[in-house]
Amino acid sequence: MKSFGRDLIDSRETGLAFFVVATFMAASVMFPSFASVSGMLDTLDDTSILMLLAVGQTLVLLTRAIDLSVAANLALTGMIAALVNQAFPDVPVIVLLLMSTAIGACLGALNGAVIWSLGVPSIVVTLGTMAIYRGLVFVVSGGAWVTSNEMTPDFQEIVRVQLLGLSLMSWLAIAAIVLGAIFLRHTVLGRRLYLVGGNPAAASSLGVSTGATQFFAFTVSGAVAGLCGYLWVARFAVAYTDVASGFELQVIAACVIGGVSVAGGVGRIAGVALGCLFLGIIKNALPLLGLSPYWQMAVSGLIITGAVILNARRDRASHGSTLVTRQA
Amino acid sequence: MSSPPRTVEVTTRARPLRRFLRWESLLAIVVAVVFAGIASVSPYILDPWTLSDATFNFTEKALIALPLALLIIAREIDISVAAIIALASVAMGLAAQAGFPTPVLLAVGLGTGLAAGMINGMLVTVLHVPSIVATIGTMSLFRGIAYGVLGDNVLKSYPPSFAWFGQGYVFGPVSFELVLFVVAALVTAVILHRTIIGRRIYAIGSNPTAAFFAGVRVARYRFWLFAATGLASGLAAILLTSRLGSTRPTIALGWELEVVSIVILGGVSIAGGVGTIAGVVLAAILFGLTTFGLSLMNVPGIVLSIFVGALLIVVVSIPAIARRLAWPKT
Repeated sequence: MKSFGRDLIDSRETGLAFFVVATFMAASVMFPSFASVSGMLDTLDDTSILMLLAVGQTLVLLTRAIDLSVAANLALTGMIAALVNQAFPDVPVIVLLLMSTAIGACLGALNGAVIWSLGVPSIVVTLGTMAIYRGLVFVVSGGAWVTSNEMTPDFQEIVRVQLLGLSLMSWLAIAAIVLGAIFLRHTVLGRRLYLVGGNPAAASSLGVSTGATQFFAFTVSGAVAGLCGYLWVARFAVAYTDVASGFELQVIAACVIGGVSVAGGVGRIAGVALGCLFLGIIKNALPLLGLSPYWQMAVSGLIITGAVILNARRDRASHGSTLVTRQA
Repeated sequence: MSSPPRTVEVTTRARPLRRFLRWESLLAIVVAVVFAGIASVSPYILDPWTLSDATFNFTEKALIALPLALLIIAREIDISVAAIIALASVAMGLAAQAGFPTPVLLAVGLGTGLAAGMINGMLVTVLHVPSIVATIGTMSLFRGIAYGVLGDNVLKSYPPSFAWFGQGYVFGPVSFELVLFVVAALVTAVILHRTIIGRRIYAIGSNPTAAFFAGVRVARYRFWLFAATGLASGLAAILLTSRLGSTRPTIALGWELEVVSIVILGGVSIAGGVGTIAGVVLAAILFGLTTFGLSLMNVPGIVLSIFVGALLIVVVSIPAIARRLAWPKT
């Protein structure tokens, strides 16, 4: 039995936490405004959508699958929410919120159903639905934008509501992290995600269906993406076809940096939250350096690649050396 | 991602039926049906020059699909190909701006592609990063550099002789791009289906551990397949840049989806070990015909992507459905 202290030192989350704190300190030394309470809250608020999506993606990755369609799902549900708000301003926001989550869940369930019933690899299915959902945004909107003056004030305000000093979005992200961590650690279904991803053959012997478990993970990931669709459109007060284009890669990068293995069965929510915070701090610190937005993309690409390499090396060490690399 | 390897053939006792149900035959039939459909809606496609125009819809993507097919057969993937095009195009644009002649521009384009592919190969084989994660990273890195260098500017000071590669014709309506693609397809087909290199690529994809113990240098093969995919992306960058005559950082945005779709459509299994070049070539033609046909009907580009996505899922589902029909509940 390892002692708690030993466990804490060994855990990958501890190393990552040091890394995140060091990044934060470096940013704070250069830009004192970054370390202020309001600066920290802004960073958290800004990272909320990434955190929500990353929790959903983690469930999928744990089952040895991948969901590339989350950003397209987000764009589609966000556009539908904006269009409904534009056409029927009287519909209360809470209804739109539930509607977005439900639409997102349906889109996610569609991914899961194809994967479950036909046994087609998830990377292929979600690559396809990514294109389909993104194309549908154009179809439902006719290519037009929905801008802030076409949305009701309530629609835009709710994400900015402050509760006990934190924005609603931050609370949602914190809730997702806490619930996700409890779900994965303390529920039978949560443990089954690890089982299915870690050893599908063993899962099948134990009577746990890989397909059904993946279907569940995809539905949750879709529901979260749908919720984020509303949040994204309300926060940035604009809906158009290319909303969050390419964001799925940032979500996957956050998960991988947080220690989730794309080979399934390995990863914890605490690490994912730290991975998101790391990307969030980088994203909020880079503009302060005075770099052009275009160079910021290059630098964040470099940092993501570097973080992913470091992580993959740790991943290998924690599994013992293997003759042949494990498969993605 | 990793799933049980799927076999394309449906096992039946009747031999002719089995031959008929080969993936490539099915694809060829679909190509013929789509072609007949387009011709009945718009007879203009029967004009040789229109057909020649239609080939530009797939030649550049298909050139990348060929080495990518080998890479996927060897159980790896590269989704940074479109970002490599952007990077190579920016490098060529800068060289052109500095006044270098066309041969230097070609070397810069191919060299950038090769170097980018080797970086991917190093990440996967030396640093042991799973290929999907590694190329997600380099995709944002390469595209980010292209954005960083160019911002919202355009590079278009290409010499007149550079235009031939993407716009020139070898004889009649046969474009240079098409000839290049046919040659590349033949070379790749011979390598995959007639040489020991090809057999080893299948061996790696079917069972990397067994291949390793059989003496195949798994890492070395994978490294060079990444390098070849990068080189092909550099070549595609030359053709596309020459055809467009300008470079923007958004060049070839989203092409990775289409290139991977062509490979998967061609019957290459994402789980490795299965696939033929004939299938990939037919899939490329099918892809080019479909998108060209839809654009003849004035369907906007973004809506085309719905068809591409649906086509991908439907086609990949066919073997699973066929299997289910062949053995209803075992």
